[in-house]
Amino acid sequence: MEEVNVIGFLCNWCSYAGADLAGVSRFQYPPNVRIIRVMCSGRVDPELILDTFLHGADGVFIGGCHFGDCHYLEGNYYAEKKIEMAKRLLKVAGVEPERLRLEWVSASEGGRFAAVMKEFTEEIKVLGPIKFDIERLEAVHIAAADYKLRILATKERELLEGGNKYGEVFTQHEMDRLLDDMVQEVYESKRILLKLKKPKSVKEIALDLNLKPNEVFRHILDLRRHELIEIHEIRDNRPVYIANTREDVE
Amino acid sequence: MTEALRIGVFICHCGTNIGGVVDVPAVAEYASTLKNVVHAECNLYTCSSDGLESIKSAILEYELNRVVVASCTPRTHEPLFRATCEEAGLNSYLFEFVNIRDQCSWVHMHEPELATEKAKDLVRMGVAKAALLEPLEELSSEVIPSAVVIGAGISGMTAALSIAKNGFYVHVIEKEREMGGLLRRLYKLYPTEELADLFLEQRIKAVAGHERVELHLAASIKAITGYVGQFKVVLDENGAEKSIDCGVIIVATGAKELDPEGLYEYDGERVITQLQLEEKLRRDDLNLDGLENVVMIQCAGARGEVVGYCSKICCMNAVKNAKLIKDANPDINVFIAHNELQAYGEEYELYYRAAKKAGVRFLRFPLETRPKVRKRDGKQVVDVFHDRMQMNIPLDADLVVLSVPLVQNPDAERLSKLLKVPLGQDRFFFEAHVKLRPVDFATDGIFLCGTAQGPKDIEESISQGYAAASRATIPLAKGYVLSAAITSWVDEAKCVGCGICESVCPYGAIEVVDTEEGRRARVTGVKCKGCGTCGSSCIKKAVTMHHFTDEQLIAQERAAFATEEVVS
Repeated sequence: MEEVNVIGFLCNWCSYAGADLAGVSRFQYPPNVRIIRVMCSGRVDPELILDTFLHGADGVFIGGCHFGDCHYLEGNYYAEKKIEMAKRLLKVAGVEPERLRLEWVSASEGGRFAAVMKEFTEEIKVLGPIKFDIERLEAVHIAAADYKLRILATKERELLEGGNKYGEVFTQHEMDRLLDDMVQEVYESKRILLKLKKPKSVKEIALDLNLKPNEVFRHILDLRRHELIEIHEIRDNRPVYIANTREDVE
Repeated sequence: MTEALRIGVFICHCGTNIGGVVDVPAVAEYASTLKNVVHAECNLYTCSSDGLESIKSAILEYELNRVVVASCTPRTHEPLFRATCEEAGLNSYLFEFVNIRDQCSWVHMHEPELATEKAKDLVRMGVAKAALLEPLEELSSEVIPSAVVIGAGISGMTAALSIAKNGFYVHVIEKEREMGGLLRRLYKLYPTEELADLFLEQRIKAVAGHERVELHLAASIKAITGYVGQFKVVLDENGAEKSIDCGVIIVATGAKELDPEGLYEYDGERVITQLQLEEKLRRDDLNLDGLENVVMIQCAGARGEVVGYCSKICCMNAVKNAKLIKDANPDINVFIAHNELQAYGEEYELYYRAAKKAGVRFLRFPLETRPKVRKRDGKQVVDVFHDRMQMNIPLDADLVVLSVPLVQNPDAERLSKLLKVPLGQDRFFFEAHVKLRPVDFATDGIFLCGTAQGPKDIEESISQGYAAASRATIPLAKGYVLSAAITSWVDEAKCVGCGICESVCPYGAIEVVDTEEGRRARVTGVKCKGCGTCGSSCIKKAVTMHHFTDEQLIAQERAAFATEEVVS
């Protein structure tokens, strides 16, 4: 089996300490993982995770404190939703979501940390080195920075537990549908945006991305409204669009 | 960046801990080829005085403006290396730690070559992050030299008096018209059997009479703002609004007895609670001559019945009250039906034995078959399933006493929101760490003691009162607090004031405020603990989490597998 690259983002208070304890106890695990310390698993941004996959990681591991043990009280609850969002994005980009794994490892679980590392590395070895379509992965990478998905990833917990402004509580099923739809929507929009690095008409984009022209047009209107694209020229009585390169826009 | 980067890398052998597995000279050799690295060396022990000296002299000799040490774990040694950088005139946040022992040599002992490769990768990642480090300052802020203690029960009074005796002004806030809390309802205290009234009287006198204690009775809290050193507590005291500035806050709001309504045929007359029994005993209106049989039922409403936890104090409390009845009139039969009786420690064990000797009878029932109270023709019978004999024993009972657990006060929920401190699963106030910080909240400057944190007897409440006072006195005595440098920061040009950061911050450290440019989020550095959840949530990516910035983490992650780009 081919060697694989794994990155681990560990929270300072629990998982990083658990990894240290694995060392102190001399629990052995495969040397594939490269650990990056963060203060809280809640700090790990889906955008950062996707960037990591874009730059050579075959697997990404996030370690946080068990529920109720978070040094910052609730950071791990937010982490869970953010990682779920990153998994949805990976799936849309055609990358196995199993390449991303979140585990709660406490400071006293050195043995468990080593076991989880071993298991995860082996799972990634079975999946093999990552294969992806660069345009699709780039599209979800910028989708992760989109405000709609960032709001949903952060507010999901509140909507599931406390309800929205009007006290309507979402079921997990409703939430999943909402998130999947929204992820697909933002993903398509970002793919179009990436296609428009070169000037293209609605019809050309629709053909490129295998989408219906009216759907592409809807995204085009939205992108124009946010000043992310502009009309490049009129060709054969049809507008040809191009991504806005001005720096002061998103 | 105006100044050219000059990074120094120090690779530690840690004796054979690292050097026995990882080829340390090879890692140092490799480090010296990395971009921006002007000096790399190995040390036998970088943390030894020789090692630290060589960091300091290298900073001066090579004009280093970033230092990377690859050795053990930042969790133990970061403060030492930071201080060393500081001594050589380098801001301590321009230091980066690489862990090649606990997370490399020790866990890949049988794969020295792969471990060496991994160590190189980790050093490269550390150097990539170091290149983007920025100097940070720990800001000092003033502490108002006074404390607020919320709750004037035994624990709060102890804490207040202790702080006052240490020379600081204390405001004691109590919702009732009198001090004393639950103690005011008790008769005698175990195991000494001294009168609660006498004990309490001395304490109240000492607190009320102290020149540095100001009492606010019949007062309720309307608002609490600020942070460690600079709190403002707004009170409603007898209908008048009052504002108090203080440096620290102690939560000592106590607990109350569980409402026994609906449990074991409770009626408040012939089925009563232990506290009601104590009140009868101290008022001397328990008809001790007319009583024949008293049955006490332990864990009533606790351990899975209404609440899940063990209330801890009820065993000894029942033993004491049973013994007191027996002492007053040995002809009364007193039974304690229990599941497991806790009389921990020598003096409680002796007291339990004394109760047994006085004739108190103990019956053990299994938790799944709790006693039942039957009322028939004006008579009361308690059916106790005897665990050893595996049979039901009906006990006549003129009086049934329920040992109900202590539960949180209903207004604790509101206070926890005002203070932004958490309640645990059982709704009691939740400390920062059960062993390491047992009387602190995770929020700086707020402490807790007494039964507000969970059921406790008087001895424990007093000890905890002293502990909380001692912890709270530290910032008061120092007169200043240093705010952590690893805090978040908002780029107001990018911020749109949506408030999502405010909604995720557990400390109220980031708030949307009105500015000339409109609504913008702003960070109060002293309150921020540096988790960075605001940063990963910000919809405009306007939040920078110092020392763990997006750019730094991305550089670190990208350097893991991109070998060419970072080599000079």
